[in-house]
Amino acid sequence: MAEVEKGCELFSAGHRACGGCGPALAARLLLKATGENVIISAATGCMEVFSTPYPETAWGVPWIHSLFENCAAVASGIEASLKRQGRKEKVVCIGGDGATLDIGVLCISGAFERGHDITYICYDNEAYMNTGIQRSGATPYGASTTTSPAGKCSRGNPLPKKDMPRILAAHGAPYVATASIAYPNDFVQKVERAINTPGPCYIQVHAPCCTGWGFESGETLNMAKLAIETGLWVNYEMVDGEVVKAKKVRRRPVEEYLQKQKRFRHLFKPARQDDVIAQIQAIADANAERFGIDIKKKESSE
Amino acid sequence: MLEFMEGSHAVAEIVKRCRPQVISAYPITPQTHIVEDLAQMVANCEIDAEYITVESEFSALSACLGASAAGSRVYSATTSQGLALMFEVCFNAAGMRQPIVMTIANRSLGAPLSIWNDQQDSISLRDSGWLQFYAQDNQETVDLHMIAYKVCEDHDILLPAFVCFDGFILSHTYEPVSLPMQEEADAYLPAFNPYQRLDAAAPLSFGMYATPEYYTEFRYEINQAQYRAKEAFVRAGREFGEQFGRDYSGLVEGYRLDDADIALVAMGSICGTAKDAIDEMRAAGRKVGLLNIRVFRPFPGPEIADALKGVSKVAVLDKNISLGSGGAVGTEVKAALQGSGISVYDYIIALGGRDVRKRDIAAVVDLAEKGEGDMFYGLRTEVL
Repeated sequence: MAEVEKGCELFSAGHRACGGCGPALAARLLLKATGENVIISAATGCMEVFSTPYPETAWGVPWIHSLFENCAAVASGIEASLKRQGRKEKVVCIGGDGATLDIGVLCISGAFERGHDITYICYDNEAYMNTGIQRSGATPYGASTTTSPAGKCSRGNPLPKKDMPRILAAHGAPYVATASIAYPNDFVQKVERAINTPGPCYIQVHAPCCTGWGFESGETLNMAKLAIETGLWVNYEMVDGEVVKAKKVRRRPVEEYLQKQKRFRHLFKPARQDDVIAQIQAIADANAERFGIDIKKKESSE
Repeated sequence: MLEFMEGSHAVAEIVKRCRPQVISAYPITPQTHIVEDLAQMVANCEIDAEYITVESEFSALSACLGASAAGSRVYSATTSQGLALMFEVCFNAAGMRQPIVMTIANRSLGAPLSIWNDQQDSISLRDSGWLQFYAQDNQETVDLHMIAYKVCEDHDILLPAFVCFDGFILSHTYEPVSLPMQEEADAYLPAFNPYQRLDAAAPLSFGMYATPEYYTEFRYEINQAQYRAKEAFVRAGREFGEQFGRDYSGLVEGYRLDDADIALVAMGSICGTAKDAIDEMRAAGRKVGLLNIRVFRPFPGPEIADALKGVSKVAVLDKNISLGSGGAVGTEVKAALQGSGISVYDYIIALGGRDVRKRDIAAVVDLAEKGEGDMFYGLRTEVL
């Protein structure tokens, strides 16, 4: 348990994330939104490891890490304890997509069903990056990872992303949203709304990983933006289970996004995989249809 | 005043008097009556606690960990498969030095599935860093809960503890029990005073990861706290005796050991049967005694060696088996008595709820006298 030194940022610089780390930016924005009056319950993962090597910590707010899969259960206990003590700190969980969509689902489902007043932030970098880029339930269709490698008889991850926001909305969560580090003000506003909404709220923030996806570290925000502009990632909000708002875009073909990342390189070299590219385009088209994000003529962006 | 009540109800009554602020548990036989009683007490406003009805034992202990770190006294109860599901959190809670008290209504582990009693569950967690106390009867079960909170929350200790009592044999048995008045309990166990807590006014990071430069020292400090818990237990047990008249200052407890030639060594409710069997054997002129191991973690090796000085043979009753090795208690007793010249024989007994009668205890003593041991006792060879 190390003493925390306060700087002007609640999430301090000097941590050990890769240059161009999307999740590190998500953490910094998260604490800008929460301010000091918060307790963070963190899952094991990249963010936990790069931010808290004993005896150093990047967290200027109270922070606890127990295990990979239990940050929502730990947060349940914290929330109950604060309630019993009459304390008013907000309780916020943070976990990667593996901790959230895969191994932690039991604890998250329990916490959301019980209705604890917590906010859960999933930083989605679309694979198990801490252990070396293995596929998770959030890995997109067609992406090559170390456990869904492209090969002679494989064209990368054979499954689409699990729809965790809808799963948690189905638990009766009053506020569920997706966000992207490419739109920091939007993410900060969504965090503020979530922590001020009573009950369990969920935000899944798209946070590209230059190391795991295979792009230059200066391109992180551009990559996050391209995900939005192709319709492969949609920023939306759900209130009481209904989608109330989604960011509209003039969509670009998914190829523009795929071509820039090593994890999709097998779709273009040595031979173009037109059918897989078309399937990924169909996912973007379905997203556009479901959320109504396409900007039509004479309609401005939001 | 003695009241006649079920063991599980007695546990709930004493937990209420220990004033936990957060209770989190998941139902599992034979622990259920404890958590049902506590839920009713919360529902009746007899106890001022948050009761979290979690979706698994894994979350039960995780929630206790979070609540404890946030500054609340916490309580949970489980057994068997539930404890196995908590395995990862158990090591974590001890490593994070959270003074959680958890009742274990001891039960066997599958496969094959068995809801009945042995001590395989808690003994399998012997390396986790939790203190482990074993009760012989329901009065001792009740008393050990108060002692456990006192020891765990001591700022020189800061470790979690299992209070173990045998499933069904104690948990579902009605016995006369003396419960303290609330004021008496408060006088013995003051309000929770956390050493550190999650607090926005004084931010700390809990549960950071350690590189090879630090990991060993963390483990060393946990181990040192375990050893310090011996003294803390003796002190808390003596204070308990001074206030309530029942002394628990011994990590082990001897019964008719003074001139004994053969000593039984056991933990838990089997000690009651053993004491009756010893009385009968004594009446027949046999010099037999018993050593009850009340505190299994920290392991009282020197205390055991001291208590067994003068006996020539020791028969350990092990209600568990470290498969591929032997009974866990026997293995450790042998280590404690190494070089003493005492012959130690281990008996795997009472697994999965098989009854142990006085004549079984006498038969074990006969086997030890003949030098036959390190075996399963009472094996039904006809069904093998």
